[in-house]
Amino acid sequence: MSSDIEVIPEAAVPAAVPARLEWRVARVLSVHDETPRARTLMLDVPQWPGHQAGQHVDVRLRAEDGYQAQRSYSIASPLEGATVALTVERLDDGEVSPYLVDELRPGDGLEVRGPIGGYFVWHVLVGGPLLLVAGGSGIAPLMAMLRHHARADGAVRAAIPVRLLYSARTRDDVIYRTELEQLTNPPLVDVTLTFTRESPPTWTGYRRRIDNEMLEAVSWPPSAAPHAYVCGPTSLVEAVATSLVELGHTPSGVRTERFGPTG
Amino acid sequence: MQIEEMRLDGNAAGGVLRDVFAHDMTAAIATCEGCGKMGPIGALLDYAHGMGVVLRCPTCDMPVLRIARMHGQFRLDLSGIRWLTIPESTSPDRTDAMT
Repeated sequence: MSSDIEVIPEAAVPAAVPARLEWRVARVLSVHDETPRARTLMLDVPQWPGHQAGQHVDVRLRAEDGYQAQRSYSIASPLEGATVALTVERLDDGEVSPYLVDELRPGDGLEVRGPIGGYFVWHVLVGGPLLLVAGGSGIAPLMAMLRHHARADGAVRAAIPVRLLYSARTRDDVIYRTELEQLTNPPLVDVTLTFTRESPPTWTGYRRRIDNEMLEAVSWPPSAAPHAYVCGPTSLVEAVATSLVELGHTPSGVRTERFGPTG
Repeated sequence: MQIEEMRLDGNAAGGVLRDVFAHDMTAAIATCEGCGKMGPIGALLDYAHGMGVVLRCPTCDMPVLRIARMHGQFRLDLSGIRWLTIPESTSPDRTDAMT
């Protein structure tokens, strides 16, 4: 009996995404202290399917008594790499971050699940201009975007100008400071820092929390229709997103990821 | 500390939502039953503490989606969603879901 079922050649089937995200035990390859508070963990995750800039993983810690704690951490490494880099900032009263920043050693295992996210993601195919606004450790997913941008083909990269506005307490709290200096290449890649607590004596830049005036000076006009990504403490993210909309940017062009309260 | 400072957003619920649905849900567009506002799940406000997740509409504060996981079950309250548009997840390189 003839069948109406059409046989689809395997080559025509798009690459499958697993139907379910499994918890996997990643191995810590190396750790790197970025600032006194923040550390980057380089992970080898078995069967890692690759990821998009902006995505995160869930991390799970399990104690012997069965107690579990779970947190999300943004992937800081670009999709072009094989390892997964997480940059974790220690929260003084945190349950998970002190362990990840102070205790975890190369060779240790760490349960992770991911990559997760399809909203707070950016890829060069989305285009630009690209506006990135970070507070504290919120720089992590935006760094994945910047690193992805830096690895793009020259012509593609040249067509996408990037502006990063990064708010940190002090210069010592600027995560990836050296790399950001190396990536700075105005007008294609423009990095603006603002310090909220203490700035170097010779600093001539911003010394305050991000506000409307700063955003207007740093970002593109709404007519440029930039793709905006804002990440960091909840209070900063909400204030910046509101400001951008007040300045005339389309709400759907402003994507947000809240990290919760500041450390 | 104000409760508002502690809230997250739908991105934080991405993992548990991925457990239930076959696709990434943070990019899914939900129409709020309360006020009619449409927006991505990733932009909903997450007041999750403990076992449950409550995602609220950023415009009218109505619980749009509630999910709890216990005793081997997922319990969902989707009554706050009128329409839900879910981009199909295919390869990790798929990007038109992001426009």
